[in-house]
Formats: sequence, C-alpha cells, structure tokens
Amino acid sequence: MRNLIAVPVIFLAVLLQSAIVSRITLLSGIADLPLVMLAAWAMQEEVETAWHWAIAAGVLVGFVSGLSWVVPVLSYLFVIALAQVLQRRVWQAPLLAMFSITFLGTIGLSFFSLVVLRFSGIDLPIVDVFGLVTLPGILLNMLLAVSVFAVMRDLARWVYPALEVE
Amino acid sequence: MALALGGYFSSGSNVFTASLVTVQSWFSSRFVAVQEFLTAPRDMASLRQRNTELETEVSELQAQVIQLQQEVGETQILAALVDFSRANPENTYKAAAVIGEDPSPFLQYVIINRGSNDGIQRGMPVVTNQGLVGRVDAVIADAARIQLITDPASNVNVRLQNAEADASLIGSVTGDVTLDLIPQDVALEPGDLVLTSGLGGGYPPDLIVGQVVNIRTRDFDLFQQAAVQPVVDFNHLQIVLVIVNFKPVDFSTLKPLP
Repeated sequence: MRNLIAVPVIFLAVLLQSAIVSRITLLSGIADLPLVMLAAWAMQEEVETAWHWAIAAGVLVGFVSGLSWVVPVLSYLFVIALAQVLQRRVWQAPLLAMFSITFLGTIGLSFFSLVVLRFSGIDLPIVDVFGLVTLPGILLNMLLAVSVFAVMRDLARWVYPALEVE
Repeated sequence: MALALGGYFSSGSNVFTASLVTVQSWFSSRFVAVQEFLTAPRDMASLRQRNTELETEVSELQAQVIQLQQEVGETQILAALVDFSRANPENTYKAAAVIGEDPSPFLQYVIINRGSNDGIQRGMPVVTNQGLVGRVDAVIADAARIQLITDPASNVNVRLQNAEADASLIGSVTGDVTLDLIPQDVALEPGDLVLTSGLGGGYPPDLIVGQVVNIRTRDFDLFQQAAVQPVVDFNHLQIVLVIVNFKPVDFSTLKPLP
C-alpha cells in the first residue's frame, strides 16, 4: 500500500521541475529533478518498483513537455538499468554510484533528445548542445544528487520498514 | 538649650547627621541591589516575550511588504497589457499567467494557466505589450503549452520594416533568434525593426518581434543572415496575452496525400 506514495512523489517532482527547476538555468542547461530522483530511488537496495516509477515519470514528463514522450521514458528506463547494474558493483560507495548514474543518465537523456529531435526534423549543433546544455545540466544534476539521495533513502526506509529491521 | 543656641553643638550634630546619611545610603543602595536582583529575572522574561512578539510582527510585516511589492509588479504588468490591448482594439485578448516551463532544456516552451475552457485553441498567437511571444502548441482544459519564437523548431515569417523585405525568423537551442532567407540585395542595418509579415497565416501581421543587432553577409551564400534581439524578455515572462480571435490558416488540407 505504501508503494502508492509513488503517485504524489512523481507528480510533485514533475511539478517542481516545470515550475521551479526549469527556470534555474546554467548557460542553457537545467537540472532534471525526476531523473535524479529516479536514480536515487533505484539505488536503494529494498526498492523493487523503480521500473514502474520510471515509466510513470517518463509518461508524465512527456505529457508536460513539447518533446516526444519516448525521450523521457527511454531515458528514465536507461537510468534505472544503470542504477541496477552499478548498485550491485559499487554497493559500498552509494554516493559514487549515484554521481556516476547522474552523469551517465544526463548524457543518455541528451543523446535520446538529440536523436528524437533529429528524426523530427530539428537538427541541433552537437557541440553547442554538449557545451551549453549537457555539461551544465550534468553539473546541476550533481548538485542535486546528494540531497535527493538522502530524501529518497528516507522515503525507501519508510516504504519498506520491515526489510530495514532485518 | 543655651549651648545649642550658642552654636556649641553644631559640629557634633554635623557628625551625627553625616553618619546617619551614610548609614541610610548604605541601606538604600543594598535595598535597591536586592530589589533589582529579585525583579530582574521577571523583567528579562517579559522583555524576551516582547522581543519575540515584535520579531513575529516584523516578519509578518516583511511578508506583507514582499506580497505588496509582487502585487505592485503584477499591477504594472497588467496596466501595460491593458494599454497594449486598448492600442490594438482589432484583436481580442485573453490574459494568462505563465506557470511553468518545458522540463526539457532542448525546447523553449512555457505553460500558461488558461486552456480550452477559456477559449484557447491550438495555433493562437501569444503576445505581451512588448511584442510577439509565440503561439499555442497544445491545449488541455485549464492549461496550454506555448511554443516560444526562440524554440529551435519555431519558424516565423517576418518583414524588415526599413528594408521592406521578407525573411524567416528561426530559434535555437540557446534561445537566440536569427533571421534567415534575407535576399543578398537587401541593405540591412543594425537597429532595423523586425515585424511579423502575416505570410503563411500562422501569425497576424505587424506584431513587433525584435531588432537586428548583427548582420552576416557572405558573397558565396544565397541569403544573408542576421542576429535579432527579441523585444520580449523571455527569461522573465509572467503574464501573456493570447489573441483569441485569430484563426491560423490550416494548410494541411492542401497537402497532397501520399
């Protein structure tokens, strides 16, 4: 039953992303709160519903954004896959894994966005995109990563209390 | 009595009264000290309580000042928009507040708090009192998404007021806007005003878009290009006007079916 917390949390994350986070720019880059949140959620050992969260968040972001819903859904699933792989290999240093996922996830999001936009007939200069959008976005996501990780860890302990006792 | 009247006791009485005053001063000072000691903690407590009350009041007043400043700012914006709508009575406007931006950094869209319930439809142009903002891209019941003219997919047909030439205004991922398809024989100058031409039926004519700031002319190119400074400050969009009586021309029916 506590898994239903995903609904308000995802709505809140997308709402904050659109209303606040998107307006805080570094060059032309912005942070991606749902992406960082999903990465932090998938990093928690107890969590089994990360895939569902990724699809729900991707569809919701796709609904709000002018970009095709394919981009956020694919990007967020990619982030979850990365988190699942890295969590097992770098389990002793969760923050290091978190930073790695944020870094690679942001690059993945940019890559998917560029590909889909190119198929839509919008050809963006890759060098400009990397320097002015992707790199600043990575930095902003990294800044968010630690605090979001702490919040999601507390949330995971609340959602899965029995496993924590064990 | 006779000795006293004769002044023989004056020195003795002086010594006596001085001693008395000294003793009374000593008692008085000690009493005041004890009284302060006993009453001071009560005063501190009341002072602290008073200080807390005043701090609360100050913070409330500061919040009120901030709220009033915001209201003054919004009123000024609304007054400017009302002036603009009065100066352009041929259009019907619907004011809307900007409540969000696109979550993707690759696109330049904003979200407004008016939708189909307010008569907003896809394709309607959006302006401020300064000039053209963009057009409605998608609508739901109580909100709409606006594609800004700075969006990389945006393409606005414009004309140069001084040069009497048509061109195409395109956006970019960084939010800069560029004029393209300007014929080589057109004499451009920085400061030239850029207005919508109305060609293509996507926007009404003669909406102010911006000013030419930088011109790029190369002999081997077919067309000139120019950087444009938009008149609208897209970083601080708060309230916009949707032109609700403008119906964009739909060319999709004219395209041959595959």
